[in-house]
Amino acid sequence: MAYWNKELETKPKEELQKMQLGLLRNELRTMYDSSKFIHDKMKSVGLLPEDIDSFERFRKVPFMKKTDLRDNYPDNLFVKPYHELVRLHVSSGTTGNPIVVGYTQNDLDNWAESLDRGMTSFGMSKDDILQNFHGYGLFTGGLGVHYAAEKMGVTVLPISTGNTERQIKMMQDLPITSFAGTPSYMFHIADICDQKGIDIRRDTKVRYAIAGGEPWSESMRQKLQERTGIKVHNCYGASEFYGPMFLECNEQDGLHVWADLAYVEVLDRNGDQCADGERGELVVTMLKKEAFPLIRYKIGDISSLTWEKCGCGRTHPRLMRISGRTDDMLIVRGVNVFPSQIEGVIGEFAFLTPFYRITLTNENFMDSMTIDVEIGEDSLTEDTVSIDRMTRSVESRLKDVLNIKAVVHLTLPGSLERFEGKSCHVKDLRRYD
Amino acid sequence: MPEENVIIQLSIFVNNEPGRLAAIARTLKESNVNMKAFNLAESAEFGILRAIVDDPEESFEKIRQKGIIVKKTQVIGIVINDAPGSLFDAADVCGREGINIEYGYAYAGKNLSAFFIRVDEPHRAVTALKEAGIALVKGTDI
Ligand SMILES: [Zn+2]
Repeated sequence: MAYWNKELETKPKEELQKMQLGLLRNELRTMYDSSKFIHDKMKSVGLLPEDIDSFERFRKVPFMKKTDLRDNYPDNLFVKPYHELVRLHVSSGTTGNPIVVGYTQNDLDNWAESLDRGMTSFGMSKDDILQNFHGYGLFTGGLGVHYAAEKMGVTVLPISTGNTERQIKMMQDLPITSFAGTPSYMFHIADICDQKGIDIRRDTKVRYAIAGGEPWSESMRQKLQERTGIKVHNCYGASEFYGPMFLECNEQDGLHVWADLAYVEVLDRNGDQCADGERGELVVTMLKKEAFPLIRYKIGDISSLTWEKCGCGRTHPRLMRISGRTDDMLIVRGVNVFPSQIEGVIGEFAFLTPFYRITLTNENFMDSMTIDVEIGEDSLTEDTVSIDRMTRSVESRLKDVLNIKAVVHLTLPGSLERFEGKSCHVKDLRRYD
Repeated sequence: MPEENVIIQLSIFVNNEPGRLAAIARTLKESNVNMKAFNLAESAEFGILRAIVDDPEESFEKIRQKGIIVKKTQVIGIVINDAPGSLFDAADVCGREGINIEYGYAYAGKNLSAFFIRVDEPHRAVTALKEAGIALVKGTDI
């Protein structure tokens, strides 16, 4: 088993946590002195960096939110002058200002370090050739993976996204061993290969893939692996951290979150820490950031974290697959419902389009949930019996997945309102007076 | 020739919301789509306006271009003006042949009264009905 930084990656938990607290205080001290934003936040609750002598105490520091980042567009949160920065990335936003993140050289080095430990943990080395179909440019995926791979001696083909024909030619003509990109693009490549009669197992040397940049599920991973014979490793990150950062090792049992680079809290609805392995809201603090602080940042993702030692021997905590978003979680009859779960069910039925609407109402404090979803034009039939049968099959599948009943209405194609970048709209008409 | 007795009905899909049907009726009128006979069916999900029109192919295109969801459905017209018992006879023939009648609706014109039926196997139904001596509407009759 190869390690990128063995001593650090296998340090006992107690030592890691001690180191983490020290780094946390250092980072707070630096940011308290250099960032008006962090200074004001800590002052508002009467805390000095020296006061943070435990993780419990650290939970008194107010959160940073996405709106804080947008409101400080373009560079009000930078704590280094431009002559000390070496790169900028800009995240796309569907609403409001984009978020601009600045990087010093040390920031870029720490980012690459994180990915290099991850890539090594599932067997990549300088013998590998990586076809990077993440987009290059303002998005962090392309350059982030590119520099990390180069740094460990991997040969990179910086092909970027698109031109699937050329992608498929390159992966056959060159001895490519690995991919990096979004899972949906990997599915697209698999589809085109099927159409062309190309067998990835037989006709290429690709063995591993790094997949991330969008929400996806464990069942998608299984399907992708079965279809392509490639071992697909989940990757998690955000431009607010640096970019894609945390990878799964050979065990594929959670993302190794390097304790010397990030401190990840998992909180319940009351802001208390969840038990090891329990699902909650992620709050991320970056421990070695220089150009752009990230302290107690509510990324908006839901998952769980465990300190249980991994099968690979690494001791750092593992983050499980992201299972939802806080900003679209609904609580219906006391049950947490994520639109992503509903989307998943809709995707299982070929006769539905991806467009749907969730309506919540209540009567005598009893919630009901109605889902309007469009039937595809080709599946539309005069036969009301089979329409009824379709409705019932969607309802029964939703009941299985959500554990609560939802009323399904099939609507005509094109009848639901379209929203920019979103296929779903939630109408919450519940009243509590 | 069963084809000449298989009549194209347009099935127009209408969302169940107030004013939607009126809006569609207005659009049809403005597009000069002349409805000879129609029937309105409603499911829990949406309504279906079934119509026998002049020149179904051309009308179909006109309606579709207006962004209205329309499908072509094959129906059969049973002539009932001169033989009141023919509807019963037709149903009897279909029953014996194991052909399922999904729905039907009446039409009364100047020269002709008929009952349009939708069956699961229109071509086989036409052959069987004709063999039983039942008069059927031709596409050119209406
Ligand atoms: Zn591991």
